[in-house]
Amino acid sequence: MLVETAPSPIPPVVTVTNLVKQFGRFAALRGVTAEFQPARLYAILGDNGAGKTTLLRSLAGLSLPTRGSLSVLGATNPREVCAQIGYMAHPSLLYDEMSGMENLCYFARLYGIDDPERSRSLIRWAKLDPQLERPIGQYSQGMRQRVSLARALLNDPKLLLLDEPFSNVDAGSAREMVRLLTELRARGRTIFVVTHQASLLEDAADEFVWMAEGQIVNRTPSLLAAEVR
Amino acid sequence: MTGSAGLTRATLLKDLRLEWRSKDATNAMLFFALLVVVIFSFSFDPTAEESRRIAGGLIWVAFLFASVVALNQTWARELRNQVLDAYRVSPAPANSLFLAKVWGNFLFVSGLEALMTPLFVVFYNLRALGPGYQLLIVAGLGTWALVVNGTFFAAISLRTRSREIMLPLLLFPISIPALLAMVEATSAILTGEYSAKFWIVLLVTYDLVFTMASLFFFELVLHAE
Repeated sequence: MLVETAPSPIPPVVTVTNLVKQFGRFAALRGVTAEFQPARLYAILGDNGAGKTTLLRSLAGLSLPTRGSLSVLGATNPREVCAQIGYMAHPSLLYDEMSGMENLCYFARLYGIDDPERSRSLIRWAKLDPQLERPIGQYSQGMRQRVSLARALLNDPKLLLLDEPFSNVDAGSAREMVRLLTELRARGRTIFVVTHQASLLEDAADEFVWMAEGQIVNRTPSLLAAEVR
Repeated sequence: MTGSAGLTRATLLKDLRLEWRSKDATNAMLFFALLVVVIFSFSFDPTAEESRRIAGGLIWVAFLFASVVALNQTWARELRNQVLDAYRVSPAPANSLFLAKVWGNFLFVSGLEALMTPLFVVFYNLRALGPGYQLLIVAGLGTWALVVNGTFFAAISLRTRSREIMLPLLLFPISIPALLAMVEATSAILTGEYSAKFWIVLLVTYDLVFTMASLFFFELVLHAE
């Protein structure tokens, strides 16, 4: 389903055209077509099974489309530009047995970053202590989510894809994460946040993208606008 | 050290550190191998001459079974919290990850062999009548054959439901030529009745072919949905 948006002179950072993703006989995405502009924070909303995570995984290059096409940062295959994409999944993508700093230093190596200072500064940015030697498995959920966000930012990505970053996080930590995200958006990063806690992003998101049954069914500038429509 | 080699080293060190902290693979592998040696020693009561003839088979079957325990753990930590996805979304070469896992398993299984071999020597009163130094070559080549295939097939079986059963089902049939070469070479060296050279050359060839094939296909396996 094509949802009309006002034409913009700035080239979109992400374009999806008639994107279909099938798992066996189940279609998780059913012809999604949309454009997304740079330096904006998009909140992707919808019920369980609406296709939010599948859309995010397709943009990250983790899930290949069954049909249709997508363009991410100018590449038709997201893997070609994976060095410019940051991805935070619902699971932490971290080793429970290692500390936050050890995790970040290891994952930084995957992006060719050998200097531990990058990891140290991100840990501090996420309001954590780089000296903390406890393994991630003993961190609170909020701390773990912030390390997970820091991991997604190691490569200073132009496009940030976040899947349920606020789940099981207390209100204070969630607000802190929203503040970090708005800071990133202000620095020109494009951010997609899949969430069930839309109210947290009410003041931060530029657009709310509503999904249902594998399609984008609505795009609104605010939560209130969606209620009015 | 930079690039792929540096990343392989970093991943290997990370795996060794994780194993040192959890000892998941080491404990299970050691206990299992010890059980096999003890059970074999109760099952057979061979003379020194008979021991030399059958020891090659016993040793390598024990190591093969014990290594499966370690190989099943190869990707277990990456499965928890879906850490493999963090690797898949990065520009890091897939083969760096694969080689780090192979070297890690090689070190674990070699360590096990170093600990278990003296037990075999004592239980079966073994002494090499052929060139004993060749046992080290056979051990190195044989272990590499087991771990390179084991690491590759453990990655394939990750996406199956009963992966712990799937690994031996995939690994054992494909390891038969290597296992035959290991057993024959070891028996040749222990008895001193014939040369082990042919079997060593076969092992070298096997290792080269399967290492190249695994490196060629691993990226496909890593990024498969």
